[in-house]
Amino acid sequence: MSYKKLAKSFLDSANVSIGDTVKVEKNKVFYEGMLLDRSEDSDDGYIVLKLDSGYNLGVNISDAKIELIKKGKEPKIQFDSLKIEEDTNKMDISIISTGGTVSSVIDYKTGAVHPAFTADDLLRANPELLDIANYKVKALYNILSENMKPEYWVEAANSIANEISDGVDGVVVAHGTDTMHYTSAALSFILETPVPVVVTGAQRSSDRPSTDAYLNLFNSIGAAKSEIADITVCMHEGLDDGYCCLHKGTKVRKMHTSRRDTFRSINSEPIARLKDSKIININPNVDYNKRDSRDLILRDKLESKIAIIKSFPGIKNELIDYHIDKGFKGLVIEGTGLGHVPDYMLDSIKRANDENIPIIMTSQCLYGKVNMNVYSTGRKLINANVISGGDMTPEVAYVKLCWALGQNDKFDEVKNIMETNIAGELSEKSSLKYFLN
Amino acid sequence: MDWSELGLKMGLEIHQQLNTKSKLFCPCETELVDEMFDEEIKRNLRPTQSELGQIDRAALQESFRKMKFNYEAYYYHTCLVETDDEPPHSLNQEALELSMVIATLLNMQIVDEFHTMRKQVIDGSNTGGFQRTGLVATNGYLDTPHGRVNIENLCLEEDASKRIAIDIKNNQSTSAEYYTHFRLDRLGIPLVEITTDPSIHHPEQVKEVAYALGQVLRSTNVKRGLGTIRQDLNISIAKGARCEIKGVQNLDLMPKIVENEVQRQLKLIEIREELEKRNAKVLDEIHDLNIIFKNSSSKIISGAESVKCVVLKGFAGLVGEEVQEGRRFGTEIASYAKKRGVSGIFHTDELPAYGITAEEVESMKSHLNVDDGDAIIIVAHNEEIAISALEEVIRRANMAFEGVIEETRKSLDDGNTEYMRPLPTSSRMYLETDIPLFKIEEDSIENIKNNLPELPDVKKERIIKEYSLSDDLANQLVRRLRADDFEYIVSKIEGSNIDSTTIASVLAYDLREIKREGYNISNVNNESLISIFNLLADSKISKDAVNKIIIAISENPTLDPEEIAKNNNLLVLDENEVLSIIEDIVAKNSSMVEERKMGAMGPLMGMAMGKLKGKADGKLVNKLLKNEIEKLI
Repeated sequence: MSYKKLAKSFLDSANVSIGDTVKVEKNKVFYEGMLLDRSEDSDDGYIVLKLDSGYNLGVNISDAKIELIKKGKEPKIQFDSLKIEEDTNKMDISIISTGGTVSSVIDYKTGAVHPAFTADDLLRANPELLDIANYKVKALYNILSENMKPEYWVEAANSIANEISDGVDGVVVAHGTDTMHYTSAALSFILETPVPVVVTGAQRSSDRPSTDAYLNLFNSIGAAKSEIADITVCMHEGLDDGYCCLHKGTKVRKMHTSRRDTFRSINSEPIARLKDSKIININPNVDYNKRDSRDLILRDKLESKIAIIKSFPGIKNELIDYHIDKGFKGLVIEGTGLGHVPDYMLDSIKRANDENIPIIMTSQCLYGKVNMNVYSTGRKLINANVISGGDMTPEVAYVKLCWALGQNDKFDEVKNIMETNIAGELSEKSSLKYFLN
Repeated sequence: MDWSELGLKMGLEIHQQLNTKSKLFCPCETELVDEMFDEEIKRNLRPTQSELGQIDRAALQESFRKMKFNYEAYYYHTCLVETDDEPPHSLNQEALELSMVIATLLNMQIVDEFHTMRKQVIDGSNTGGFQRTGLVATNGYLDTPHGRVNIENLCLEEDASKRIAIDIKNNQSTSAEYYTHFRLDRLGIPLVEITTDPSIHHPEQVKEVAYALGQVLRSTNVKRGLGTIRQDLNISIAKGARCEIKGVQNLDLMPKIVENEVQRQLKLIEIREELEKRNAKVLDEIHDLNIIFKNSSSKIISGAESVKCVVLKGFAGLVGEEVQEGRRFGTEIASYAKKRGVSGIFHTDELPAYGITAEEVESMKSHLNVDDGDAIIIVAHNEEIAISALEEVIRRANMAFEGVIEETRKSLDDGNTEYMRPLPTSSRMYLETDIPLFKIEEDSIENIKNNLPELPDVKKERIIKEYSLSDDLANQLVRRLRADDFEYIVSKIEGSNIDSTTIASVLAYDLREIKREGYNISNVNNESLISIFNLLADSKISKDAVNKIIIAISENPTLDPEEIAKNNNLLVLDENEVLSIIEDIVAKNSSMVEERKMGAMGPLMGMAMGKLKGKADGKLVNKLLKNEIEKLI
């Protein structure tokens, strides 16, 4: 119970706890209802009642009297138990949940949406999914994706690899959307997979009837059963509950705070579109690895002491110096335009280079390639050994640098890795189609 | 009927849109949009668990229909909040305050803390699958001529989106996609829901309460016009069950709706008793009748992919029993089946008919091995829908043994009602977590109490006294919401040649008359009226000219009233001008004056008024003419 101080002693005085039916009298008004928990950050002068009509209200306890009517149980969300039957005609899909909106319910403790579902619960809430595959479900984490850490990517990759070794035909990872594109990129570098690994999530939580979780999951399972054996992200294509897009894990980014179609391919196009859990069309201009075309390989060493620094008018050299002083092993700069920082930053950048700290230049434009040859500042940066991030988003460059430094600590080797396409993150050609789609 | 013996109980629920600047949880306007939509968004909804861990009965029922929804959105009139692509913004303070004003007028107790809830509604009318609503006040009352009625709750909530159309299902196919179309302009407009307790006990009283509540609402800043207020009626009798009748538009129809519903409940109770007597039973099996109707001459039957039926043992005659005028018990059963996509059912109480022959009925009966005491319900559709519809028929027929079922019903124009869905249970309510709890401070309640709008009756009594108006005139002003305009206009009139009754009757009657003649009186604002009345008060125009000027302004609101008067020869002439016209008339008719003396007064008065009509006061003309004649004789 999260009632504190005043409210707690008020409730204790009448031996009332959450879930009990009580009668509260206040200024000659009577409220009868069930005592609910109150969010931890709210005022302790109030209690929350749920009336028979279903409405909640807060009662200020000063001058109020409370009386216990009936002891009750604390309200709890429960699903009927689930019987998963194996059908040899169906493919085996593993669902790994990490938390996030896709697997969230309301938490009455804080009054906010919280990750609480397990993969099991996901299937219980969406029993239709049972018609299209056999499932193995695993709850790896229960965190909101802003709380993800590089170590968790490693653990997730290992879990996925275990599932693949166990022989599943595809893996779906339920993930929070905030940092989904970091995770999809990390998995892309860490894992070479013979089967599809599909990361999905939701922008509207599963506890609401309009949730996008169901459609995203349903189509993700279709993608996990397909021939596209890459690390991908499968999310709503538009605002409709119709199609989902399958994006390359290294070429995708969350582009809107709240829309369902927030995930967009950047400097690329989606690999495929899905509807009713089936691939509707595959984009012939996007490369992907076919099912069983490669063996499972796990390269899971990461260096996590990396930072992203965004350039802006008025940026101070100290920002770079600070990271050098603090022992950061690599930096990604989100430069302006083609990949620039103010020329007075050069001294600090040279210092980083002297200390063998690789710096990757990306662009805050997000769309287009970095090219440091066009302006003098850029050429000075090249001379200071700043490595071009090509057409990678800053986030992908960051994840790749974590991985590259995990693989090798020699500057030239790291530079070589960063400039070589590993998992579809770098493309040579910029198509007319690669903008705002 | 003896209402108290029947144990008639009624409650009223009124939904009234508020006239706020913006919607309850986003900055969009609160006006409906009369333009082509800019974009369509297609969605599905799924029922979910509430915080008490139960999936709601009504919500589940709706989900069986697997409806797909198409939302018509606007680029600028609506935003991402209505499409459920952005969390709600903060609670609209103007709406909360207005709901507190209404609560206070209804003698209610305002809650200490307002919690926004999500009320599950998965018929598609809310894009999120829930309506946001919160309890503002409880424990109020309203006095009516039939006695005091308790007002239980006042809630502040979002209006739903407006249903535009439903795609018609094709009998032959299930593969096509059918949508229910909604427009998002209405979604999110703040409204108050006012619920009385079920203590209303007479059909006429219901109407009275609705009227009285309407009067209170109209004294505040609420929306006016068609569709801005909706009434729902809860009705039960002692042996029956509570039924909620949605969308009662016409207050005068209320007593009839009540009578018809009581009639229906009584009939259902009779049917139950008869079924028990007959030891009737609903058989679970769904039979195939394709063989029987293979060569049927009935177009409806032969056009369908499959014909199926169920047997209701001992129901013969009761399915065809009328429960409301023109509606049979079979209609009740059919309305359940229709929710599964069929357009209707056939039952043996009405057969042979619809092209189904007596022979077919007989062969069906012998095929099913049923006797004359049994009823058969038939559905013709594709297999999946037919089975699903018959499952509903079985479910509804079994309910007949309980008599009256708790239902939400739709009000029909003839005073009858039709089944919509099961009565929602309270489990469809859970906390809207995207909006913080909102404390209501004592100060703001006190402030509202000190600044309440005047209730209609109080206002009427006051203006009668203050302005010496007749009861009728004051009543008209208040009912037509013209009382505030009246007081404002009177306060701005400076001259003395006018009384408040004149102003009141223009506002209460003349404007309405002018509107009826087809003029756009919304062009005539208070400021124009003040100018017009001031012309009258300063004796610059006569009373006759007032309506003429109003009409001219209704046609062109940019015109100045005095200009209109001038250009249309409506300005009153000053005494000298009148005198010179009279002198002229007397001079031209001097022979008549000499002949008839004062007897010429009548004809000359006629001539003078003809010439001066609307431009001079009759009394003045009379006085001056008399003087002139006297000079000559």
